[in-house]
Amino acid sequence: MSEPNKSNERATGLSQVTSNQVLFQNNLPGRHRRGKVLGVVFLASTVVGIIVLSVLLIKIFNDTMGFAALEYKQHPDTLASGDKPLNEMTCAELLPILQGNVSANRFRTLEREKPFLDRSQKECYKLVIFEVAEPVIKETWSLFASLFRSEQIKATVTEKYPNAELTFKFWINQDFVTSPQSDDPLQAGIRTAILGSLYIIAIVTLIALPIGVGAAIYLEEYATQSRLNRIIQTNINNLAGVPSIIYGMLGLALFVRALEPIISGSVFGFSDPTTANGRTILAAGLTLSLLILPIVIINGQEAIRAVPNSIREASYGMGATKWQTVWSHVLPYSLPGILTGLILSVSRAFGETAPLVVIGAATFITFDPENIFSKFTTIPIQIYQWTSRPQDGYRNIAAAAIIVLLILLLALNTVAVLLRNRYGRRMI
Amino acid sequence: MNLSIQLNTNTHNGTRSLESNGFYAIEASNLHVYYGTFLAVKDVNLSVERKKITALIGPSGCGKSTVIRAFNRMNDLVAIARTTGKVLFHGQNIYEEGVDPVEVRKYIGMVFQKPNPFPKSIYENIAWGARINGFKGKKSDLDDLVEKALRSAALWGEVHDKLQQSGLSLSGGQQQRLCIARAIAVKPDIILMDEPCSALDPISTLKIEELMRNLSEDYTIIIVTHNMQQAARVSDYTAFFTLNENRAGFLMEFGQTNQLFTNPKEKVTEDYITGRFG
Repeated sequence: MSEPNKSNERATGLSQVTSNQVLFQNNLPGRHRRGKVLGVVFLASTVVGIIVLSVLLIKIFNDTMGFAALEYKQHPDTLASGDKPLNEMTCAELLPILQGNVSANRFRTLEREKPFLDRSQKECYKLVIFEVAEPVIKETWSLFASLFRSEQIKATVTEKYPNAELTFKFWINQDFVTSPQSDDPLQAGIRTAILGSLYIIAIVTLIALPIGVGAAIYLEEYATQSRLNRIIQTNINNLAGVPSIIYGMLGLALFVRALEPIISGSVFGFSDPTTANGRTILAAGLTLSLLILPIVIINGQEAIRAVPNSIREASYGMGATKWQTVWSHVLPYSLPGILTGLILSVSRAFGETAPLVVIGAATFITFDPENIFSKFTTIPIQIYQWTSRPQDGYRNIAAAAIIVLLILLLALNTVAVLLRNRYGRRMI
Repeated sequence: MNLSIQLNTNTHNGTRSLESNGFYAIEASNLHVYYGTFLAVKDVNLSVERKKITALIGPSGCGKSTVIRAFNRMNDLVAIARTTGKVLFHGQNIYEEGVDPVEVRKYIGMVFQKPNPFPKSIYENIAWGARINGFKGKKSDLDDLVEKALRSAALWGEVHDKLQQSGLSLSGGQQQRLCIARAIAVKPDIILMDEPCSALDPISTLKIEELMRNLSEDYTIIIVTHNMQQAARVSDYTAFFTLNENRAGFLMEFGQTNQLFTNPKEKVTEDYITGRFG
């Protein structure tokens, strides 16, 4: 920070030494000052950004764990026979408890869903908990509240819910990630949503990458300056700014309704009655592909435009055709830029909710998607759905789902960036 | 008259036969090049002898580069460029309908002003051209081809142990020789060089000039240069281009280099080579 001052002095000194600066005003200190002020402004905006981001993360994180007041129909401890606690009993020991406490009908249904012999100890334990003990969330508290106001919380619980038990609950846990959707926040998980999201971005990548790159190559390398091509170019630029819900409408009209036989898979012999009317993973993937295509194309064009013309000339000068030039030089050179654009756009598609709601994503499904013609839900849709529920507990699993979404996004981006750096590296 | 140019011309050309061999690699007749409506090069008639070095000199903007790029149809890549007239390559007009510019460029290679190796390995820089042009040999044949091309470009000794390194890791002069090796590898007939030394230091320039002399035993070389000493040092024939009042370039004078530099027919040529304008 002392350097500008030093040069100030020198400048003043020099202006006295020479005499041919008559028409020049010595404004050097002013120029340095302006630079310093702008530097501070930029630093400040960076700091504000970091603070806002941290507040957001802390706010979400705050809801992912904390005290929860649970009321049991039958307390697990009273169910346990003998001195063994319930969660250490084997499946064979747990089954009689289950059989003794649920109706014979219910017991048969459970056996039909999955034979008890095939169930692990953990699954049996969960069955007993949720079928017999039946915990209900009375109220939940955030992490900070649990840490700093625990006495007050305990008092509230003993006063308001005398039968409830106060436990410290981590809402993100293995069960949450691996369980399907449920209407009980204690049992609900986002396995279905994670699988739906992954299926969809796989489709989006497979469709948007080749079409986007192809269009970018055509527009940059092949298209002449005709009126039609200018119109196409302008349209692509404008489409990049169209709100995503409009794409949802397009997807609904085109994929879900008009192309229903193809999208629902019925022409290919997939006739799952639950996936009727074209609201499938494929429809969602195609809609989101349309959504990000303009961005992929524009990014691809930028990357291709950045390829120095000297490389093209060198290639043509050796007797290469246009396609050889594009394939061997233009594409490898622009690949890192193209992939960066793709990664950013796929991340956007990953977090997109509105168009999927419009094309009719299921908000409640408990089974995994089997193929691209299955019904689906995605993580953002689950978050959206859970945050709109007033009961305690949903808020916490929504926060947990947000964290899962962020971690998945980060992981996918990291993998994509590593792949890009590994295979898209050009020789310098 | 600049003495050093005279001396150079004399020492170099004294040992070389300057008899016309009567075979022409390129014959341009009534060559006009337009950029849009602007006439950039007007009515060039020029015959380039086989296995000789022909230099194109002249002030900036006189169309030297445009002419040399017209010889392998590189101007076709400029959307607004239009060429009329004939360019005969061994008697065949390369602008005739049905002639594929891609094929023209295979026989008439090019080296550019700025060294522009591909961002690939040194080996790949050379092998790629052979491969895309339908090289049928085995891997070992390709290795031989790469080695031969690098030897012809006087680069083998410097890079033989780092063929898998990037072509861009070389120095500017080495990069330019790599570009020459790359051009040689596809076995062209003519090598066009568009100011190949303008981005290089004097020592690298000297190496390229020596290389050009050696290559002229097998190849016809046409070089555009801003450096008159260079034209005098390396070329057998020199074409002097200049501009008319409409800024269209045209061929002012063409002849054997020593004759053009010592005894130019035109006053303008003399003014230019003695440094009075340009």
